[in-house]
Amino acid sequence: MSSATAAPVLRAEFSAGTLTLVVEGRLDAETTGPAWRAADSALRAHQPGTVVFDASRMTYCDGAGVALFVRLRDRFLAENVTFGSRGLSESLKPLFDEFPPGSLDTPSRPVAHPSFVEGVGRTTDSLLKDVVAQITFTGELVVNLGRAAMNPRSVRWKDTWLVMERAGVNAFPIIALIGFLIGLILAFQAAIPMKQFGAEIFVADLVALSVIRELGPLMTAIVLAGRSGSAFAAEIGTMRVNEEINALTTMGLPPARFLVIPKVIATVFVTPLLAVFTNLFALLGGLVVMWSLGFPTITYINEVKGALKVGDLPSGLFKAAVFGLLVSGIGCLRGLQTGTGASAVGESTTRAVVTGIVLIILSDGLFSVVFYYLGI
Amino acid sequence: MTEPLIRVENFTAAYDGEVVINDISFEVFPGEVFVILGGSGCGKSTMLKHMIGLYKPATGRILIEGDDLASAEGDLRLKVLRKIGVMYQSGALFGSMTLMQNVRLAMEEFTTLPDEAMTLLARMKLKLVGLAGFENHFPAEISGGMQKRAAIARAMALDPRILFLDEPSAGLDPVTSADLDQMIKRLAKTLGVTFVVVTHELPSIYAIADRVIMLDKRVKKIVATGKPAELRDHSDNPWVRQFFNREASA
Repeated sequence: MSSATAAPVLRAEFSAGTLTLVVEGRLDAETTGPAWRAADSALRAHQPGTVVFDASRMTYCDGAGVALFVRLRDRFLAENVTFGSRGLSESLKPLFDEFPPGSLDTPSRPVAHPSFVEGVGRTTDSLLKDVVAQITFTGELVVNLGRAAMNPRSVRWKDTWLVMERAGVNAFPIIALIGFLIGLILAFQAAIPMKQFGAEIFVADLVALSVIRELGPLMTAIVLAGRSGSAFAAEIGTMRVNEEINALTTMGLPPARFLVIPKVIATVFVTPLLAVFTNLFALLGGLVVMWSLGFPTITYINEVKGALKVGDLPSGLFKAAVFGLLVSGIGCLRGLQTGTGASAVGESTTRAVVTGIVLIILSDGLFSVVFYYLGI
Repeated sequence: MTEPLIRVENFTAAYDGEVVINDISFEVFPGEVFVILGGSGCGKSTMLKHMIGLYKPATGRILIEGDDLASAEGDLRLKVLRKIGVMYQSGALFGSMTLMQNVRLAMEEFTTLPDEAMTLLARMKLKLVGLAGFENHFPAEISGGMQKRAAIARAMALDPRILFLDEPSAGLDPVTSADLDQMIKRLAKTLGVTFVVVTHELPSIYAIADRVIMLDKRVKKIVATGKPAELRDHSDNPWVRQFFNREASA
């Protein structure tokens, strides 16, 4: 809002039941605001039987000025107050003629304000539809993956390698950094209380078990959801907005085979690899803390080897592959669900990341229970 | 003699060192519907984007009522921008806002009008472009032609002296296109606004143009200036005649 306050160009004169609103100078977007308020206060102060809009000394009038005139005229006509004008320039006549009395009465569509109950209903309906969409998409994905397995030549391997590079190789620095810091922080936080019991050596066990079985795959998947899941949603969403998805469909190229399968295959393949690096760098982080506690490298390695079972690494990597499937699948689904408008792609990427992380956590919980009963 | 509203002086446009328009000059006078036309790739939209200050000329200058928008900064730039309104080829309406909110946006930011005044004024602008009753619709809910008209209403929000329209008829059916042309002529007459229109749609050019300049990408210059019918019938330049008579290349 402009901070400048122009002086009113409208002056009110009241005499013998007639209110004359005299406009002097320019009545434009700058001056109409104060004039509007001056007219309002004059109307509050008097009860006129007749109102005259005197424009004899008005030098310029734009749309804002016309709006003031139209508003005064329509108001007084509705209140059966006599309204007239004086000195309106001929050049303004065509503009005033665009807005005869009642011309702005066309009703607008009312703005929808759903009630609480309606809101709950709509949210529930959209959640159910989303579940159905996810199930349908899963089915479509499984069918297409099956077809790809039966006929590997149908897969667009060039695109798949490209996605592997973008989602895998290019993610290496952030994965290495996060892995290292996770191991370092975990070991450091554990070392403080363990030192009180003289159990610092078990910091190595804690880091090894928690990272290899749980945190390595989990952190890798979360980074992947933020980095690649959102990128998939944005890429496919932009294609949807630009009608490129429609173009693929009408060319007889199913978007699932053309766009989704390469991304899913690539992500399922690179996520366990990235998880291996997360594990490795987390163990390095733990090693740094162990050094600071005075333990030699070989002690740390022996302790890590003793803490881990044969099944720990494969179970962690299996989880990572499933997380990769979830992240890529949901990223692609949200991209394909993109609506219209500038904000649609942003919404899709946000939904891809949020749904991806929620599904990762849910499936991780499920894995914990299943692995417990399987004794893994 | 009337002072020109826009003066383009020895203007050259270039992208990455490649010249698109080379050393042209022309003037636009108050109240006229001025059309920039030419074949695809001749630099029409580039010319428009320079005129509205999105790009800086490689050489030369473009003056709007004596002020150079490209080099203007701060309050002067805002002052010049207040004199112009732009309708982009796609409409470029804000998708998350209703038509009313789109039109009100500039009023809210740049005027001290009361809320009631802004609402009434926005309704008036929408009525002027034939969209009364659509105030609460979102851009995605209306047709392409209506989006273009809404974009014109938004461009007129602060009563600019000049309205720039980029390909107003592109992508519209002939009837909608003719309605839009008629609306442009009516607004030019009613509001006294100067229109600068970029188009290559011949029916629109004949319907709205008071004066045209024609750009040619081969010479990167203006190859014709005048009234469209005169150019069609009397131009010495075979390419100009070919364009206006819609003849295929040999």
